[in-house]
Amino acid sequence: MNATAERVAEPPYASRAGLVRGVRLAGASIPMMAVFGVAFGAMAAQKGLTLSATTLMSAAVFAGASQFVAVEIWSAPMTIEIVATLALITAAVNLRFVLMGASLRPWLGGLPAWQTYPALALMTDPGWLIATRYRAEGGGDAAVFLGGGLALWQAWIAGTLAGHVLGAMLSDAHRYGIDLVLPAFFVAILVPLWRGPRRAVAWAVAGAVALLVAALVPGWWFIVAGALAGSAAAGLLDERD
Amino acid sequence: MSAIDPFDLLAMLVMAVTTLLTRAAGFWVMAHVPMTARLRGMLEALPGAVVAAIVLPLVARIGAPAALAVAAAVASMIARRNALLAIVVGVMVGALARNAGL
Repeated sequence: MNATAERVAEPPYASRAGLVRGVRLAGASIPMMAVFGVAFGAMAAQKGLTLSATTLMSAAVFAGASQFVAVEIWSAPMTIEIVATLALITAAVNLRFVLMGASLRPWLGGLPAWQTYPALALMTDPGWLIATRYRAEGGGDAAVFLGGGLALWQAWIAGTLAGHVLGAMLSDAHRYGIDLVLPAFFVAILVPLWRGPRRAVAWAVAGAVALLVAALVPGWWFIVAGALAGSAAAGLLDERD
Repeated sequence: MSAIDPFDLLAMLVMAVTTLLTRAAGFWVMAHVPMTARLRGMLEALPGAVVAAIVLPLVARIGAPAALAVAAAVASMIARRNALLAIVVGVMVGALARNAGL
């Protein structure tokens, strides 16, 4: 522990004023979330998902990266095999939430479950970052976390709706590169995760295994196979030192 | 609004519950078991591994426009650290390449 980074923090509590504070702290992330929602809605429209299905997914799942992948592999008619694949891929893409949630335990652990789990249910990357920054500056109000989450959730749903309407109007979205949104989005996520070449070994293993499985096995299992191989490689590398 | 297919609804329910579990699990588990360094390392490597496993086969399937879009998005992200900008730059470069016949 770095003693200089430690500050005197308020004891944990939750207040109505914290909700408003959370919305204010979310600030620039709110339009950003809405724009991502527009991109998602447009892509879903292009893939043939209905407006109601797309909006429902955004409201119920509220995890952009996994929704982009889900729409990519969505099939009509939906089969049990695709549902199982969706479950595994959603878990893999969103597993980062496990670590983010774990990191909130020291702050929120002492509060009653009804004050913590609703906020956790709305946790996203920006929402977590905002709450973590607020806590690092000494704040203790758990409602800030919930307020930010609620604001971002509404922005995501509103963006999805608008995007679907726009996407349904584009006749030849392929020309505008709509199919390139997913790869561009995902590598943009990858850049801040860079922790030097050691981490990249796991990525290379994941990519190589995925390419191999994609060539040999039909369906979308290459994502699960590649992700597990990369994660296992990281675990093995850890053992060496 | 059209009615939603029951299997589509099931797929969304499964996604929603799975995501909810990932959001609650870490917080819940930390009250009961300590996280080992190995497990943390594997969990930390997973998001990047997922991305690589999705993007590489996708780029291989789409071809040159996707490769250029990805390269442009990475360059933009390194320069400006703005995910939204990186997507716009990546998609624009890829779409230009496609319309130029690549």
